[in-house]
Amino acid sequence: MIFFTHFGRYLLMLKGMFTKPENMRMYWKEFMHQCVEIGIGALGIVVIISVFMGAVSAVQTAYQLVSPIIPKSTIAQIVRDTVILEFAPTLVCIVLAGVIGSKIASELGNMRVSEQIDALEIMGINTKAYLILPKIAASLITIPLLVILAMALGIVGGRVAGVASGILSADTYDRGLIESFMPFNVRFGIYKAITFSFIISSISAYYGYFVKGGALEIGRSSTKSVVVSCVMILFADYILAMIFL
Amino acid sequence: MIEFKNIKKAFGDKVVLNDVSHVMQTGMCNLIIGTSGSGKTVLQKCLVGLLDTDEGEINYDDRSFNSMTNEEKKELRQQIGMLFQGSALFDSMTVEQNVMFPLDMFSDMSPTDKLKRVNEVLARVNLKDANNKYPAEISGGMKKRVGIARAIVLNPKYLFCDEPNSGLDPQTSMVIDKLIYEITKEFNMTTVINTHDMNSVMEIGENILYMYQGQKEWSGNNKEIIFSKNKRLNEFIFASEFLQDAKDMRMLEAKGKIDNDRNMDELLK
Repeated sequence: MIFFTHFGRYLLMLKGMFTKPENMRMYWKEFMHQCVEIGIGALGIVVIISVFMGAVSAVQTAYQLVSPIIPKSTIAQIVRDTVILEFAPTLVCIVLAGVIGSKIASELGNMRVSEQIDALEIMGINTKAYLILPKIAASLITIPLLVILAMALGIVGGRVAGVASGILSADTYDRGLIESFMPFNVRFGIYKAITFSFIISSISAYYGYFVKGGALEIGRSSTKSVVVSCVMILFADYILAMIFL
Repeated sequence: MIEFKNIKKAFGDKVVLNDVSHVMQTGMCNLIIGTSGSGKTVLQKCLVGLLDTDEGEINYDDRSFNSMTNEEKKELRQQIGMLFQGSALFDSMTVEQNVMFPLDMFSDMSPTDKLKRVNEVLARVNLKDANNKYPAEISGGMKKRVGIARAIVLNPKYLFCDEPNSGLDPQTSMVIDKLIYEITKEFNMTTVINTHDMNSVMEIGENILYMYQGQKEWSGNNKEIIFSKNKRLNEFIFASEFLQDAKDMRMLEAKGKIDNDRNMDELLK
């Protein structure tokens, strides 16, 4: 029953975002601000995770491929496909649920508790449209871009680790990257990133916007938003894989 | 003028407002007073539309608030300024940006004109040289004044203040009261103030609504409150011995038995 209450309120929140903006220039300014906050703010962690994710993937794949009849270039293929299909979109988005999701939930929660949202409502501003929509829109733009970057850096990380540890040569790795490459995998990774970015931003905004209480409740709702986002990302990951693969 | 009739509001089984009616007069400081949990804040939130009433009617200068569409409510809200208990300033914005925000959102003024208007209202609330400070860098009294500046920057017709003196020392409270009173007269606004502060009641209470357990218990002004025989009101207003003595003094003063401080020496003999 509680699930339906939350889900209904979540849908109403999404519906409430779509009204005529009071001042388009201010909305655009807020959107750009959120793009910087979300995109640039999470850039560092995405770079670090992606490089190590690719590197570990290359080393562990090499460890498991013990048969001499399997060419070394297969390592590059496996790194490429796992990074593009799963690691970059899913793992990075799970980390971003922690980084961006908790930030969105705590920011909105703090605004709610300190009556800043009420102050905006009193001014005649649709707070769902002004506070939530730019965050979701900015996430839909920046998170897929971060995931594309993570795909590239993961592959580079695998190459650096593979060559540095003497598992395979740079030429072999590069040859493996282009062997049986399917452009659809990249598209699928981006579809996943778009879906996950919507899940992260909208669920976090929901938990932050409707928080009640004080500092303790802001912390709780922030944690809850991350947990729910992660579960929903994994669930959506499975559904998308069933549909597209 | 804001008139509300038979307002009812309940949260689940708990009735918070029960059949409350009153008229808030234009050009006056209208006070809503009462103990904690008496329904003051809920009433104010119902009046501005932050909460929906279960029953009752609210009229802003003969315009029915209940029958307004969302767009009409949004338009009306641009004529409403509100000072919140915790000031509700935007943390990430400077004082100047906070006050300029309503202008940025709702006016077509040029950046120079907007800055001029911001400086005008900041000067009006006696806040100069604080433009570039963040809310975290200013005192509680200054935050309240920034809140008032932001509330009046669009020249509202209605000003709502929720506990404007909470957390302030008595001297700063009086400065804030005086400021709200002066602004109300200057711009002929309908000002509605929720307060616990007895100084405010005595100094600026031109039209007072006393709430008790979600109901209207008494109404009048700061002169009438001295002579009120309402037991609950007297227990609330003159809770301490000191305040009871002050009430007796005021009554003697009003009856002409003492003339301010002049014949106090005689009286004390």
